[in-house]
Amino acid sequence: MLLTLTDVEVAYGAVTALRGVSLEVAEGEIVTLLGANGAGKTTTLRTISGLLRPRAGEVRLDGCSLSTIPAHDLVARGVSHVPEGRRVFPSMSVRENLLMGAYRDRRHARADLDRVLALFPRLGERIGQAGGTLSGGEQQMLAIGRALMSRPRLVLLDEPSMGLAPMIVRTIFEVIAEINRNGVAVLLVEQNATSALRIARRGYVLETGRVVLADTAAGLLADDRVRQAYLGEDVTTAPPDTTAPPDTTAPPDTTTHAPSS
Amino acid sequence: MGFLDQFWQLSVDGLMVGSLYAVIALGYTLVYGVLQLINFAHSEVFMLGSFGGLFAARALLPGDGSVPGGAGSIALVAVGLGAGAACGGLAAFTLERVAYRPLRRRAAPRLAYLISAIGASLFAVNLAGKEFGRQNVDLPDLFHNGTVFRLFGAAVSTQTLVIFAVAVAMLVGLDRLVAGTRLGQGIRAVAQDADTAVLMGVNVERIIIVTFVVGGLLAGAGGFLYAMTFNASYSMGFVPGVKAFTAAVLGGIGNVRGAMLGGLLLGLVESYGGYLFQASYKDVIAFGVLVAILMIRPSGLLGERLGRAA
Repeated sequence: MLLTLTDVEVAYGAVTALRGVSLEVAEGEIVTLLGANGAGKTTTLRTISGLLRPRAGEVRLDGCSLSTIPAHDLVARGVSHVPEGRRVFPSMSVRENLLMGAYRDRRHARADLDRVLALFPRLGERIGQAGGTLSGGEQQMLAIGRALMSRPRLVLLDEPSMGLAPMIVRTIFEVIAEINRNGVAVLLVEQNATSALRIARRGYVLETGRVVLADTAAGLLADDRVRQAYLGEDVTTAPPDTTAPPDTTAPPDTTTHAPSS
Repeated sequence: MGFLDQFWQLSVDGLMVGSLYAVIALGYTLVYGVLQLINFAHSEVFMLGSFGGLFAARALLPGDGSVPGGAGSIALVAVGLGAGAACGGLAAFTLERVAYRPLRRRAAPRLAYLISAIGASLFAVNLAGKEFGRQNVDLPDLFHNGTVFRLFGAAVSTQTLVIFAVAVAMLVGLDRLVAGTRLGQGIRAVAQDADTAVLMGVNVERIIIVTFVVGGLLAGAGGFLYAMTFNASYSMGFVPGVKAFTAAVLGGIGNVRGAMLGGLLLGLVESYGGYLFQASYKDVIAFGVLVAILMIRPSGLLGERLGRAA
C-alpha cells in the first residue's frame, strides 16, 4: 500500500481534530475525502505531509512509518501537497514558483517545466508574472503544476475547486484525471463531491474527525446519506453550483462556521 | 563655503557611511524576512566582528607603528575582512542557537524574543567591555596617500574607495545570492510562506540558521570596515546598529534592495543634514527623516516583503 493511516489522532492544543482516522491509498488510484467544513479533511492532509504530528496512530508510506521523517523530506519520498488556498509564493514569478517544486532535485527541472507548461499552457503565457497577480484559477494551476515538478507518486490536493468558476473547475478536474492516467496516485479533498466522485475510484466521508463511510466512488454516489449531505439532492436535480461558496454544499449541522441565518 | 560647494564631498562621505549602514541593515532585514523577528542583538554581532577584524589586522602590523601601504595594506584589509566576517558569522550563529532557537522550539510569544535579544545584547556588550577594555581601539590609517582622485571636486581617499568598493561588492553579492541561487530561493520561500516552503522540501531550520550567519558575515566584515575609518569599542554597536535598523525600516523591512537603498539614503541625509545644520544634529536629522517617511509610507520605501525587489 502506498499510503496508510491507522487510527490517527491529531489535536490542536486541547481541541481534538482527528479522532482515529484510518484510510488507504494504493499506487495509481484517486481517492477522495469528503466531509463538511471542520470535519478534519485539511488536518488529515497536513498530518500526512508532516506539518502536523499525530498524537496517536500512525502514517505509513510504502509501509514505512513517517513519524520520524521531517516534513521537508516528504517531497523527496514522492509526496506532493497542494495546500488549501493554493498558497503560491506571491512575490515569485510563475517560473520561480514552478522551480520551487523542484527545490530538492534540480536534475529534471527543465524537462519537467516543459511538461507542466504543456499541461497548463496558460502558465506559459504568464511565465514571468508574479504569482500573486494571477487569477484564482491560474493560481490553482500553478499550485498543481508546482506540485508536479517533484515527480510525485502521490499528490495531496486540498480543495482544488474552491472559489473557481465552473469552466475552470472542469479544466482542473480534467487535469487531475490526466495526472492520474500517468500513474500518479491522488488523495483529493473536495467540497464539490459530485465531480470528485466522478473521477475517484474510492472515497471516504469524514465527520467531526472520524471516518463514517468508506466505499467505492460508485457506492458513495448511490448512498442516500452522501446524496443528501454532500450532493445537494434535496436541492432538486440541478448539478451543484460550483461557483457558489463552498459552504452551500456542506451540510448545515457541523462546525463553528455554520452560517447564522 | 556654501552647501553647493561642499555637495560632492558630502555625497562621497555620506555614501561611504551609508554603504556600511546598508551592509549592516541586510542582517536585520534578512532575519526579519524569514522570522518576522527584529534581531536587536545584531548590533553586537557587528561590534564583535569589528573587534575580530581589528585585532587580526593589528596582529599583522609591524610593531613600529608603520603601515605597509599599497598591496600590503590591501592584504591587511582582506585579512581584517575575513576575520571580521568569521567573528560576525560565529557570533550570529551562537546568538541564534542560544537566544532564539530554544524559544522557537517552545513556540514562545513575540515579547520573549525581544527580551532575549536585549539580554544577549547586554551580555555581549559587557563581555566585550570586560575583555577588550572600555577604551576605543583603533587601527592606523592603512593607506598613506590621501586623495586618489577627485570626483567633481570631492576628494576620494584610497581608504574611502576601498570601503565603498568592498561594501558595494557585498551588497551586490548578497543581492545575487538572494535572487539567483538555490539558497536564496529557499530564503525567499520561507519569507513568503514558511509552511508551503516546507511542502516544497525546504528545511526551514537550516534556512534560518544560514540567514543569521549570512547576516553575521556581512555585519562582521562591515564592522571591520567601520573600524578602519572610526574605531572599535565595546559600546560601538548601538548607534550604527540603530541606524542600520532605521535604514532597513526606511527601505521596507524584509526587503533586501530596500535595506540597501535605505542605508545609502540615510548616509546621504546625515551627511547633508550634518553640514546644513550642525554636526551634532546628524542623528536628529537622520531619525527625523525616518519618522517623516514612515508617516507617508508606513511600510517603507520599497514595501515590506523579502524578495519583492530581488
